[in-house]
Amino acid sequence: MSRSQSHERTTHFLFLAPAFLILGSVLLYPGISVLWLSLHRRLLIFDISRFVGLDNFAYLMQDARFWNAFGNTLYFTTVSVSAELLLGLGVAVLLHRAFRAKGLMRTVLLIPWAVPTVVSAKMWEWLYNPDFGLLNYLLGLRINWLGAPALALHAAILMDVWKTTPFVALLLMAGLQTIPGELYQAARIDGASPWMVFRTITLPLLKPVILVVLIFRTLDAFRVFDAVYVLTGGGPANTTETLSIYAYKVLFQTLQFGYGSAIAVTVFLFVGLTSLLYVRQLRGVTT
Amino acid sequence: MKRFGFFAGLLLLTLFCLGPLVWQLITAFKPTAELTTLPPLLPSRPTLNHFAAIFAGHPFLRIIANSFVVAVACTVLSLAVGSLAAFALARLPIKRKGLILALVLCGSMFPPIATVSPLYMIIRTLAVRDTLLALILTYTSFALPLTIWVLTHFFRSIPRELYAAARIDGCTAFQSFRMVMLPLAVPGLVATAILVFIYSWNEFLFALTFTATAASRTIPVGIALFPGLHEVPWGEIAAASVVVTLPLLGLVFIFQRRIIEGLTAGAVKG
Repeated sequence: MSRSQSHERTTHFLFLAPAFLILGSVLLYPGISVLWLSLHRRLLIFDISRFVGLDNFAYLMQDARFWNAFGNTLYFTTVSVSAELLLGLGVAVLLHRAFRAKGLMRTVLLIPWAVPTVVSAKMWEWLYNPDFGLLNYLLGLRINWLGAPALALHAAILMDVWKTTPFVALLLMAGLQTIPGELYQAARIDGASPWMVFRTITLPLLKPVILVVLIFRTLDAFRVFDAVYVLTGGGPANTTETLSIYAYKVLFQTLQFGYGSAIAVTVFLFVGLTSLLYVRQLRGVTT
Repeated sequence: MKRFGFFAGLLLLTLFCLGPLVWQLITAFKPTAELTTLPPLLPSRPTLNHFAAIFAGHPFLRIIANSFVVAVACTVLSLAVGSLAAFALARLPIKRKGLILALVLCGSMFPPIATVSPLYMIIRTLAVRDTLLALILTYTSFALPLTIWVLTHFFRSIPRELYAAARIDGCTAFQSFRMVMLPLAVPGLVATAILVFIYSWNEFLFALTFTATAASRTIPVGIALFPGLHEVPWGEIAAASVVVTLPLLGLVFIFQRRIIEGLTAGAVKG
């Protein structure tokens, strides 16, 4: 009996083994390795590799370009995620009713999400074109959206809002469907105004889903790379350079693998801390 | 009046979602001379020149083929490996399942930028830079957490009794997985497959760093690094965008319901 039991246990392990192998070697090992790399001065072209302890992080603290990238990333994340959540909530509430074209509307909402990020970046670059762009033509302006330091990051945010608001709306719509309809009927019988219904029924019951959406979106926005890199390359004057873009440039344009890894580690740390914070919030909501 | 407001809202939303894409579509059919004049908004004589140019001048077909191979291989691999693990986590008596699942979920939070430098060095050491294999394995590792997470939910929704009955009838754990559970999980597998396919088709950072030539370059890199001799070839970029986005739109139209099911499986029911 005990032998067949241990045989069973081996079989059970075999189900998980391939996944563990891939996740361990291609995700976990590099994830730990990057920490180790960040403690080195490593220049790929000269085959230099020297352990320097926390020197890279000490340098990071005085690196104005790092703080600039950190600020950009934080601004991009805060503004785009709040806009997407507010707009997405509005869209979800608007569409949360029975109407004939609902399936079609869902498909429409999925489309910006499915468009490759690089394609969407190129598309918006063309829309923002100062001379021949549709945006300037429609507005009757001649603004250099991606060339003006004060505007470029906002242009990138608008692009992100276009791509992800529909996705946020879809998730929130699915969340709205889990709220029992009787609650709304009861509220209506009691004569509650739409705003009161929204504040006392919709919002509290939707809170777990809102939190999950916030986690997904915050983590995604904070590690943003492709959208902004293809749209602006980090310019003008580094005003759209996010942490991931700065790390990428240090890693693959100057080939400083130690310092670049240290920047990447800060993204890692922020993402880890943020998820912890949200998960604690989520526990408080669901239990 | 209220009804009118609702439909105005729908119209505005549709315009917001599709407008930029429609403009890209129009651009793709505009003669080069009309790209630099506004108005007219619509091309006076729609042309297929830009489409002809992307296939004639650049290794565009090769790039599309690369993307296709990578996306299909990654989808198959993720589903095969992920469904085994998800089934085990949903139905087999394994200790610390919750912990394993939580760790897998942590995997999906890994920022790609954090693993790109060690992976690059591994890939250089193994001399697999500029090969499709490097991309396939990397994408699979990033797609697996989501795959396992979503599929575990789907396997859990299959009644426990079905698995128990198969075991009592003498099936091994693997046989009951393959012959009973897997066929019942097809909707979940389809949903996950599409999500993984779209992710691999669209990924940019690893594709940019691990590929060097058309031998392994994928669509996003091909479009980002679109070669222009003197000026940016907006017409050709638009044409290329249309070509690579159409298959995805096809998937969205056919599988809208499944995709949303997959996307919300983790978020709402989680």
